[in-house]
Amino acid sequence: MLKDITIGQFFPGDSIIHHLDPRFKIVMTLIFIVMIFTGESPICLGIGAVYTVTAVMLSGIKIKMFVKSIKPIMPFLLITAFLNILFINGGTVYFHWKFLKITSEGINVSIFMIIRIIMLIVGSSLLTYTTSPVTLTDAVESLLSPLKKLKFPVHELAMMMSIALRFIPTLIEETDKIISAQKARGAEIDTGSLINRVKNLVSILIPLFISAFRRADELATAMECRCYSGGKGRTRLRQLKSSSKDYIALAFTVFFLMCVIVVNMIYS
Amino acid sequence: MNNNIIEIKNLHFRYGADSENPSEEVLKGIDLDVKQGEFVAILGHNGSGKSTLAKHLNAILLPTSGKVFVDGIDTSDDNRLFELRQCAGMVFQNPDNQIVSSIVEEDVAFALENLGVSYDKMRKRVDDALKAVNMYEYRLHSPSQLSGGQKQRVAIAGIIAMRPKCIILDESTAMLDPQGRKEVFSAVRRMNSEYGITIVFITHYMDEAAQCERVVVMNNGKIILDNTPERVFSQVELLKKIGLDVPQVTELSWKLRKAGVDIPSEIISEKECVKEILKLFKKSY
Repeated sequence: MLKDITIGQFFPGDSIIHHLDPRFKIVMTLIFIVMIFTGESPICLGIGAVYTVTAVMLSGIKIKMFVKSIKPIMPFLLITAFLNILFINGGTVYFHWKFLKITSEGINVSIFMIIRIIMLIVGSSLLTYTTSPVTLTDAVESLLSPLKKLKFPVHELAMMMSIALRFIPTLIEETDKIISAQKARGAEIDTGSLINRVKNLVSILIPLFISAFRRADELATAMECRCYSGGKGRTRLRQLKSSSKDYIALAFTVFFLMCVIVVNMIYS
Repeated sequence: MNNNIIEIKNLHFRYGADSENPSEEVLKGIDLDVKQGEFVAILGHNGSGKSTLAKHLNAILLPTSGKVFVDGIDTSDDNRLFELRQCAGMVFQNPDNQIVSSIVEEDVAFALENLGVSYDKMRKRVDDALKAVNMYEYRLHSPSQLSGGQKQRVAIAGIIAMRPKCIILDESTAMLDPQGRKEVFSAVRRMNSEYGITIVFITHYMDEAAQCERVVVMNNGKIILDNTPERVFSQVELLKKIGLDVPQVTELSWKLRKAGVDIPSEIISEKECVKEILKLFKKSY
């Protein structure tokens, strides 16, 4: 059952978006987020939507996958939208009952928020859908490298991330084994009251932690045996290379941001 | 010229030697020389000190007293630690706990990345190492998709990418299924015969030890036998006394001899055993 968990939700593919430099993709995602949150008028949202739809189409990833990523947060979205409708007042009043008022302003704000958040999720999912976790880690390391001057442990952070990614399947497998072993000894993990189940979780977590520490110890020895001594003077097998495609995509993104800013200025 | 790659001189070791209550001596005076290009098995049951000895060969542990030299480098010399570890690579027991990266070829490159090898050189060495262990077609796989034997071969590739003179395998086949053990053992043997890399193979599988050039048997922190596998395994009684088995065919011929059958005591392979038994049959008819 645990094997079905996928972390990072990477879908290998061969599209233009897949082949972009991951560093550029992260930067573009950040610009995109700025773009959708600075936009104040419906036209701005429209521009953002055009950008999102274009990117999604180019990625070749099924719309179904994006719908899936939005689903879990839909309830929260609807509840906040509902509260916004009730409590934000302004413009024409459509409905009035005691202290509750439904106004045009409230409806506008709610719709705006829903669309913004959906675009935010689709945009950032696109990053993780089209970039493998490993290259994403590399990109983060590369983008944060200026912080090395401030003695920020960039390499160590990236190393931690990549080791964590490497050990996710191993630890999941291990958890499965521990669950079976504890079930064989009569532990009730899927049944019983909530409190009991939480208590029984301890019988899984303790062996898991102990084994993780032992693994960490062995891995550290193995890394030292292969001359690991931190980030200094390290070279890389996988090199991040940017091409003209990346710059064009970045220019395209910046252009959309400019459009949003210009539209904002005209309407304010 | 001295062509010993490993020289161990009167090595004593106890855990926590500097602390208030050090453990009992784990290694009690080991003297061992290994020649360049040799294929040595170290045998011994749990607690005999064989893994502790292995950890001295690339300075994971340092001697309490005595000296260990690998390729002329004193293992207690801090300044030459990386040189030493490049020269003597180590493969551990659990394949999962020594693979660092989520992509096979990147894991093989890990040591080279640490040593700051340039990209072009690294690419070639990684490809060569993967081809040497027959894992080249898996270079873009994730280690979690591989079998135990395959993972262990990746770990070996990660070591030979450093171009070491010596590889120490610390019970590297202990967690594998028979198929995986065979794969790993034959990969190691190829490293020895084709590339002339010295192999120190720590194991408790007799059939593997029987295929090495030289077998060192450890018991209770001491070396008690050090000879060719034929000579070592002919000491059936001594091995049994310290809780070790002998290969099945050796045991068979030993029992036959005890029953009064005239069969040589130095049989360690099935082929030999069949040959000798056939000879006996021919004689008696």
